[in-house]
Amino acid sequence: MKRLTLFLVVLLGAYLVWTTQDLPDWGDPASPANSYLSTHYIKKAYEETSVPNLVTAVLADYRGYDTMFETVVVFCAGLAVLTILRRTKRKHKKNVKFRPQREGVDIILQNAARLMIAPMQLFALYVIAHGHHSPGGGFQGGVILGASFILLALAYDLKSTLRRFKENTVLFYSGLGVLIYAGIGVISLVLGGNFLAYAAWGGLLGISEVEAHSYGMLGVEIGVAFTVMAIMFSLYLDLASGGDLDEGL
Amino acid sequence: MNLYGSLLWQFDLLIIPMVIICAIAALTIRDLLSATVVFGAYSFLMCLLWTEMLAVDVAFTEAAVGAGVSTILMVATALHIKRKSKD
Amino acid sequence: MYMESLISFIVTEYNYSAALILIMIGMYGMIAKNNLLKKVIGMSIFQSAIILFYISIGYKGGASIPIIKHGSGMADHAAIDPTLYVNPLPHVLMLTAIVVGVATLGVALAILQKIYRVHGTIEEDEILESLKE
Repeated sequence: MKRLTLFLVVLLGAYLVWTTQDLPDWGDPASPANSYLSTHYIKKAYEETSVPNLVTAVLADYRGYDTMFETVVVFCAGLAVLTILRRTKRKHKKNVKFRPQREGVDIILQNAARLMIAPMQLFALYVIAHGHHSPGGGFQGGVILGASFILLALAYDLKSTLRRFKENTVLFYSGLGVLIYAGIGVISLVLGGNFLAYAAWGGLLGISEVEAHSYGMLGVEIGVAFTVMAIMFSLYLDLASGGDLDEGL
Repeated sequence: MNLYGSLLWQFDLLIIPMVIICAIAALTIRDLLSATVVFGAYSFLMCLLWTEMLAVDVAFTEAAVGAGVSTILMVATALHIKRKSKD
Repeated sequence: MYMESLISFIVTEYNYSAALILIMIGMYGMIAKNNLLKKVIGMSIFQSAIILFYISIGYKGGASIPIIKHGSGMADHAAIDPTLYVNPLPHVLMLTAIVVGVATLGVALAILQKIYRVHGTIEEDEILESLKE
């Protein structure tokens, strides 16, 4: 079996090497992938959206519809994990052989976590809000925000974390993010533009259409950050406790 | 020779072998907890490689997601199942 | 002649060859490994190898990161030269792919824990045996 697999994998590698003979030179500015659409984005994105970070501009504006459904995929994955693992009573306790044991309380870890969590959350908010001008955006900021709650649950136990940030609240935020994203699209539809065409917001907010693109992007990034933060924390809750939310790692 | 190569090809020569070694090690180590931690190291080296190829947003995401959250999720799973693997 | 071009491909375009090697490692892990967590790790290696391939395609020699320099590009300034910035499109596609990747990884790990709870093992051959009984 292993030899057959190795043979198949080497065959695949040889085939891929053969096909890559036709690839353009690495780093060629005139290669097909760097020629048509991306040239338009680089030339026009700053003029059309007033956002210097091209990745954010393309992600949240030109490909906003795509990003909305990526957010929905993250949301659905969180719901799938909840459906698979979540249980209210521990019925199969005898099957869980290697359950992690908490050995006492680590005072160094707890104090370090107490010092670190607030700066982490502040940095996450900065990443979300400043994603237009520097690397960052809703996805990265949301993950860092979720990681700060995971750190809280790792340093202290799961029960006291859940008392501060209840599971229902986590799921509410995950739905709220998708709602904010889709809501911004629907409101721009009501204001007379296309779905997720932020230029229509200009009249409502009293700003130019180019600036409205920038503000619309900030709105959808906040929505993305809510969903990603809530789903990352929810994934940790279910996977670390085995679904019963009794004790974490 | 390639005219458009990377400016920092010395870093590439250092990082790419380490990435490949980490990928092979993550698949061959029998202790599952060690394998997941080596996989976290693999993610972080991959993030360095992408920074060096000027994909700053992707590298930022990978540093937060791949080296942070997904390693924690894998460690959580590895602690809930049998730690020893047969191959 | 053919060997020469092959060797020059491996040496000068080492990013493509690194992506190919990682694809092969990931595929081997997905097929040959017996442990299901090892299969998941192989899948993640495969995924990041494909991301590496995309990022390699978007690279331009002599270019800078895809953030427009302050003061250039507006109507009253000089037009932007596209060769000065790397291609942002593969970055956008791969950024969302990474985040969706961790969400699907969570689903895979949840299924894995459920399998362990039902069968008491995550070795493939033992699961098949316990299914036969």
